[in-house]
Amino acid sequence: MRTTALATVGIAAVAALALSGCAADSGGQDSGKVTITYTNFISNDGNEENLQTIVDAFEEENPDITVDVTTLPYADYGTALQTDLAAGTVSDVFDIEYANYAQYQANGVLAELPVEDPGAYRQSVLEAYQTDGVQYALPSSFSTVVLFYNRDLFDAAGLEYPTTDWTWAEEQAAAEQLTDAAAGVWGDHQPVSFYEFYKVLAQNGGDFLDESGTKTAFNSPEGIEAAEWLVGKSGTVMPTIEEGQGTPDFDTTLFTDGKLGMLHTGIWMFGAFADLPFGWDIAVEPGNAQQASALFSNAVGVSAGSEHVEAAAKFAEFLTSSDVMVETRLDAGWELPAVSDEDALASYLELGDPENRQAVFDSLENVALPPVVAEGQQEMQDIMTEELVEAQSGRKTVADALASAEERINAAIAG
Amino acid sequence: MSAFAGEAVIEVTEERDARTAAPPPVPRRRSRAARRRYALTVLAFLLPSAVPIVAFVLGPMVAAAWISLTRWNLLAPAKWVGLDNYATLLTDPETAQIFLHTVYYIVGYLPLVYVGGLAIALALNTALRGRTLLRGIYFLPVITSWIVVALVWRWLLNPSNGVVNTVLGFFGIDGPGWWSDPAWAMPSIILASAWKDIGFVMVILLAGLQAIDPELVDAARVDGAGWWRRLFSITLPLLSPATFFVVVISLINGFQVFDQVYAMTGGGPGGATQVVVQQIYDLTFRYGKAGEASALSWLLFLVILAVTVVQIRGQRRWVNYG
Repeated sequence: MRTTALATVGIAAVAALALSGCAADSGGQDSGKVTITYTNFISNDGNEENLQTIVDAFEEENPDITVDVTTLPYADYGTALQTDLAAGTVSDVFDIEYANYAQYQANGVLAELPVEDPGAYRQSVLEAYQTDGVQYALPSSFSTVVLFYNRDLFDAAGLEYPTTDWTWAEEQAAAEQLTDAAAGVWGDHQPVSFYEFYKVLAQNGGDFLDESGTKTAFNSPEGIEAAEWLVGKSGTVMPTIEEGQGTPDFDTTLFTDGKLGMLHTGIWMFGAFADLPFGWDIAVEPGNAQQASALFSNAVGVSAGSEHVEAAAKFAEFLTSSDVMVETRLDAGWELPAVSDEDALASYLELGDPENRQAVFDSLENVALPPVVAEGQQEMQDIMTEELVEAQSGRKTVADALASAEERINAAIAG
Repeated sequence: MSAFAGEAVIEVTEERDARTAAPPPVPRRRSRAARRRYALTVLAFLLPSAVPIVAFVLGPMVAAAWISLTRWNLLAPAKWVGLDNYATLLTDPETAQIFLHTVYYIVGYLPLVYVGGLAIALALNTALRGRTLLRGIYFLPVITSWIVVALVWRWLLNPSNGVVNTVLGFFGIDGPGWWSDPAWAMPSIILASAWKDIGFVMVILLAGLQAIDPELVDAARVDGAGWWRRLFSITLPLLSPATFFVVVISLINGFQVFDQVYAMTGGGPGGATQVVVQQIYDLTFRYGKAGEASALSWLLFLVILAVTVVQIRGQRRWVNYG
């Protein structure tokens, strides 16, 4: 019968579909030999082979452990990690960022990580991943935000280059002189966002959260002055949103086009700026009441549900503190390893542009870590950015925007 | 042509049968085995579509209903909270806001895409040279990825150096801030959406137009009816099944508008284009509130269901199946 034949084909097709979905994920385990999985974003976009070098060295030292690496783009990483955690399919070892550490830790996702040699790490960065004295993640790298400047534009305007002693007032004065609207040249660029605000707030002597860590403290005279400093650049020494400010790569493109005097961005841009046709250098970001530089840090955690916690922890430590890793990162100009060995880092200072690489280490003397909450981290960040942009575009006064942000953030992080 | 029109046609034929035809023959009693065999065959034919529907539509819907009764941040185990998520949503003024934004989108989008699609369908239903090629061109945006289309429209509508404002500048018009201005962000999305979907509406309406007997139009012309009169008295009434299909589908899709919002404005500026599905996405994947997001998904489903039922009930009044 024709119908029966057709039906059989239909059933076969469905069965094939179902089987192909179940076929994956059935790797067995030999006794003694283990395979651990590692999902990362840190090597995406250019450092995949460098990561493999580190993994190869680890496997050579530990012949019983095989590391299976998955690399995802940063933009998709958070969603993928969250989905894997929800589905119980997360890797044994995975990347996290400092800003999300508290949330993952509080939800019991991270396994405890006993560290064999804590002295190998830069103390302040290592401590950032401890909760109640227990280590839950290991820092793999760090980077800071500094003030980049175009030397040629400073020379043309007859201005002195920025120094470590600069404050907001000097930056403001130079920005105004560098701005030449007719020529499409702007003096300064600093994103209007949560990440810039918590930092300028610290530079102004204010706090984002109060001592309890569950209520905001930024709606203060220091906070209003800091927000005004941030949003006041827009339309005076920095392009407005209508002119494209705030869209991806807008600021770095403006800088590489030679149309931006000063730029607040991370040291991860060194590579992209390496071959610019004009002179440029960096300085520690100016402060107001005090200096404070944004510190970004990536880390690796081990899944609390991992079946190979020991092997995973061993790899995590190797990945974040081994000599091979330090060497590989420095050779490649990858983000700086969070190790304490100053001698090993010395070669970093000799790598060429920018000349003043010392500023990277100087910026570490006064760092401002982003405020973290156990619940509502992303909501807090989004609300802060949204309200600052409201003030930037003139739809709200700075005072109104901060008052509104205070109310909304307190509701979001109350839990 | 459409599932809805098809059903109605069956209804009509059945009525005719009842009036004209002899009573249907009494089906021969079949053996138990034969009936079972028949049932299994039917089931087997249904399997290829039933399995994916159960696995990817009904299953997730039931799961979402359960998740909507819990508090779940995707990391720690879900906690039972009963109807708390629904209570939160129904008392939060933001919920009304996001539904209003969604309705704003639909009210702007639907007339634009329908009138535009109708105009093109009417034009391409004539003996125009190269009309097959033109039909293809108008349909091209329909099968293009929304992300690509949204990025292109973002460039076109760039407030300072986009093509649209540059051209407006030639005529001495100071173009608006488009997606950077809260008042213009939704119109920007509506414009891009209408542009993309107009080809789909055109194809459906074109099929409807081609089903209209040309003799009716000719007869009206002989009787002295002008172009507009023929459009309103002959074409549109006979086109109503296709119109009905377009309206139902567009409303369902309109309530679920997401890709273009996500890619063009991300719900901004200042939340001006925050629509329901964007909110569901943000709640789940940005804010770890899967319970609240699932509750919102169910609210949206109920709203769409209600709107669709009202439309199907109301179709008797204006849809003409000839």
